[in-house]
Amino acid sequence: VGKSKVDDEVLDELENILIAADVGVDTTLKIIRRIEARVQRDKYVNTAELNRILREEIAALLAENQTEELNDFELPPRDTPYVMLVVGVNGVGKTTTIGKLAAQFKQKGKKVMLGAADTFRAAAVDQLKMWGERAGVPVVELGMGKDPASVAYEATKRALEEKADLLIIDTAGRLHNKTNLMNELAKIKRTIQKLIPDAPHEVLLVLDGSTGQNAVIQAREFTKVTDVSAIAITKLDGTAKGGVVIGISDEFKIPIKYIGVGEKIEDLQIFNRYEFVDSLFEENA
Amino acid sequence: MFENLSEKLEGAIRTLKGSNRITEVNVANTIKEIRRALLDADVNYKVAKDFTDSVKEKALGQKIQIAVEPGQMLVKIVYDELTQLMGGTKQDINLSGNPAIVLMAGLQGSGKTTFSAKLAHYLKKQNKRVLLVACDVYRPAAIEQLKTLGQQLDIEVYSEPENKNPVEIAQHAVEYAKQNKYQVVIVDTAGRLAVDEEMMDEISRLKETLQPSETLFVVDAMTGQDAVNTAKAFYDRIQYDGVVLTKLDGDARGGAALSIRAVVDRPIKFIGTGEKVGDLDVFHPDRMASRILGM
Ligand SMILES: Nc1nc2c(ncn2[C@@H]2O[C@H](COP(=O)(O)OP(=O)(O)OP(=O)(O)O)[C@@H](O)[C@H]2O)c(=O)[nH]1
Ligand SMILES: Nc1nc2c(ncn2[C@@H]2O[C@H](COP(=O)(O)OP(=O)(O)OP(=O)(O)O)[C@@H](O)[C@H]2O)c(=O)[nH]1
Ligand SMILES: [K+]
Ligand SMILES: [Mg+2]
Ligand SMILES: [Mg+2]
Repeated sequence: VGKSKVDDEVLDELENILIAADVGVDTTLKIIRRIEARVQRDKYVNTAELNRILREEIAALLAENQTEELNDFELPPRDTPYVMLVVGVNGVGKTTTIGKLAAQFKQKGKKVMLGAADTFRAAAVDQLKMWGERAGVPVVELGMGKDPASVAYEATKRALEEKADLLIIDTAGRLHNKTNLMNELAKIKRTIQKLIPDAPHEVLLVLDGSTGQNAVIQAREFTKVTDVSAIAITKLDGTAKGGVVIGISDEFKIPIKYIGVGEKIEDLQIFNRYEFVDSLFEENA
Repeated sequence: MFENLSEKLEGAIRTLKGSNRITEVNVANTIKEIRRALLDADVNYKVAKDFTDSVKEKALGQKIQIAVEPGQMLVKIVYDELTQLMGGTKQDINLSGNPAIVLMAGLQGSGKTTFSAKLAHYLKKQNKRVLLVACDVYRPAAIEQLKTLGQQLDIEVYSEPENKNPVEIAQHAVEYAKQNKYQVVIVDTAGRLAVDEEMMDEISRLKETLQPSETLFVVDAMTGQDAVNTAKAFYDRIQYDGVVLTKLDGDARGGAALSIRAVVDRPIKFIGTGEKVGDLDVFHPDRMASRILGM
């Protein structure tokens, strides 16, 4: 946005940038209307100020974490293990994100365990075990083809017995329009609660940063069955911008916690709303 | 058939009524709604604009038939145009060569490994002797994944777990296929981003060395606006022959199909409709057009 006066042309250009970043028509129009209102109110807005206003307005749509912005890989203090259930559609990066998270929390001195409740996708357990090895954390598994809820139960039991600080449970990718698979997630949740009544303490929905408007429906449907409490956006190391999460965070009031920026174990960052907004406006390399 | 979109167009239809020809003025709202439908379906915004511009041109001056609502008539024009754009010259997979080589390429997690197995299964049913080749040397358990699928299908998987050079592995696999009278060799590769120079260089070396009869670009139907960039970047490097659209068993509208078609003149040859090895279908442009328009 490089003109000195905020006119229709500037706003049109802004609209194109937002749409191209997968922000979606509804959210884009919402942002534009807010900008228009502010431009009308404070008469002398130039484009330099527009950039600041834009940053503020978009950041305001991104739901905040319960208390303050997360600054590091942190866990609230607890007596029993903090249980994190990781969900999402196929191939978005759940297992990889779990491997990265395990490494981060392990580095912070936490005792981390993983639960291999994707017993369906070919070699899913092997994949998680390799991540477990990389991160240096144990993986609880019952093998392929087993009931995912049983694996989750076993993993929770082990985490309690061994006084783990954090248990992260991997689940099979599932499309949100498949009712039986979605119900399976609710069952996993109920099973964990038999051992730790307030678990899972975090349900992390993983979204692929290159996904378009379907991510909104994903968020809606996964929230229905599991009370999603945080979002991770992956694959932001490419040219896709992941703008769809703005509308999601705004509509469902779910904070975005992590971003995936590569396939290596260290390629996970804490979400920073201002950096994210800036990246929407960066030219693709 | 055009119910959903027509509903949205209700207001627009009203403005069209009372006129017996489609004119610049009465078409504007309808075109805007159609553009909106395309954007909601994740059709790239530039592609959507070019597309509606060309539809408008086609529609202008056309006489409105008394039997049809003008709004519906426009939607019909859009639908036909979409179908044609995504259909065109429908080609089958090219399996010339002895053995025929099929190379997979695409972003991370798009469904390459699953589709490799599906295609192997599909060709095996046509009595072809198929060899699967594991050339993803990076993703944890990628080789195991393909091997598991191969076992389920009773199809041999060629792999060299200690070798980190996919080009070498693929070359050896082709030799092996020749010696063992395999007719088709399907090469699964690692997912890669178009901006990853090293990895893009690797896939273009694979293509150069293997000279596959068919190179397929595998794309997730949920992909958003970036589909055009990726499709173009991969095409520039490896000139793939066809596109595979996966995960259509979901409810994504799949605008990527149109976006890709608009930037590279390559047909969508197969679609993935589930996680199981049998969940493969040929592509139907008319069904895809309805889907994109939300009908
Ligand atoms: N470039 C990039 N690739 C990623 C990122 N996160 C994950 N991937 C890749 O995406 C692919 C899929 O990742 P997985 O972790 O297997 O995804 P998943 O959601 O567990 O997949 P399913 O269990 O099959 O549903 C792999 O090739 C990962 O290496 C990321 O942040 N950037
Ligand atoms: N529902 C559904 N899932 C699919 C389809 N095709 C693949 N998948 C799932 O998508 C996920 C990723 O598939 P893969 O075949 O591992 O994808 P890939 O492109 O090989 O991934 P990388 O090797 O990590 O780049 C897995 O969970 C598959 O089961 C499909 O058509 N429908
Ligand atoms: K990016
Ligand atoms: Mg997984
Ligand atoms: Mg693969």
